[in-house]
Amino acid sequence: MVGILGEILITLGVITLLFVAWQMWIGDVIYGAERSAQAAEQSELWQEEYEDSTAATPTPTPEATETPAQVDVTADPVILRPPADAEVFGIMWIPRLGPDYHVNIAGGVTRARTLDPIGIGHYPGTQMPGEMGNFAVAAHRTTWGKPFNRIADIHVGDAIVIETPDGWYTYRFRTLEYVRPSAVEVILPVPQEVGVSANDRYLTMTSCSPMYSLAERIVGYSAFESFTPRAAGAPAALTEGAA
Amino acid sequence: MYAGLWRILPGPWWVRVLLLVILAAAAIYGLFFYVFPWVSITFLPQEVTVE
Repeated sequence: MVGILGEILITLGVITLLFVAWQMWIGDVIYGAERSAQAAEQSELWQEEYEDSTAATPTPTPEATETPAQVDVTADPVILRPPADAEVFGIMWIPRLGPDYHVNIAGGVTRARTLDPIGIGHYPGTQMPGEMGNFAVAAHRTTWGKPFNRIADIHVGDAIVIETPDGWYTYRFRTLEYVRPSAVEVILPVPQEVGVSANDRYLTMTSCSPMYSLAERIVGYSAFESFTPRAAGAPAALTEGAA
Repeated sequence: MYAGLWRILPGPWWVRVLLLVILAAAAIYGLFFYVFPWVSITFLPQEVTVE
């Protein structure tokens, strides 16, 4: 006969083991699926909104007949206004990590409001997708659906596509870097170049390194390639095989 | 504690087992979706940003 105290201790032990299983595995399964589903839903919503807005103009005005006839596959990027805290404004697609890899991007990099409940956070004060300078984002590499878990598996030249209501911004992955947590220079308009004004369009992704550690940060850099307006349909980069 | 719970539950043994399974599932659901996320965000530091 086990005493009450023994039963309580055994119960606490089981709860602790359950917590470890949740933190290391089950939680990621739950949140990972949730992130992917939320972004898929968001993507469909933007497409429907776009189709509704084009269908809502049945009588073409003279201007309208001139412009939509030819839409270049690529165009000058539309620059979004900076988002409010925790406001979803984009979706990150990384075909290398599978066709189901799509995660919402929202304003702010706090755990409580953006990184834990939504996924990828945009550093306030850094530039927006397609803008001259640095579009800098952060996400978990372990736990909470771990959006950047496989950041080190992305190859040079792989497409990283940011979808917004206006279209798709294609970036090409360049390189990884490991820095100290205090290295705020990585999110400057030109990464690691203090006092230099923007000369190109970059995407910077930060996450923790080593995994489960606070010691360092892993940083992934990509360079802007093109902007595909929604009217032109999804770019080929979005569906390129995870070869 | 668990012996007391067994005595409180009504019905024949298989009904009690069924009730226990339901109770355990409810407890695990509460832990996974409410308690553990709170513990994680409150007590386990996770830093992914530069600052």
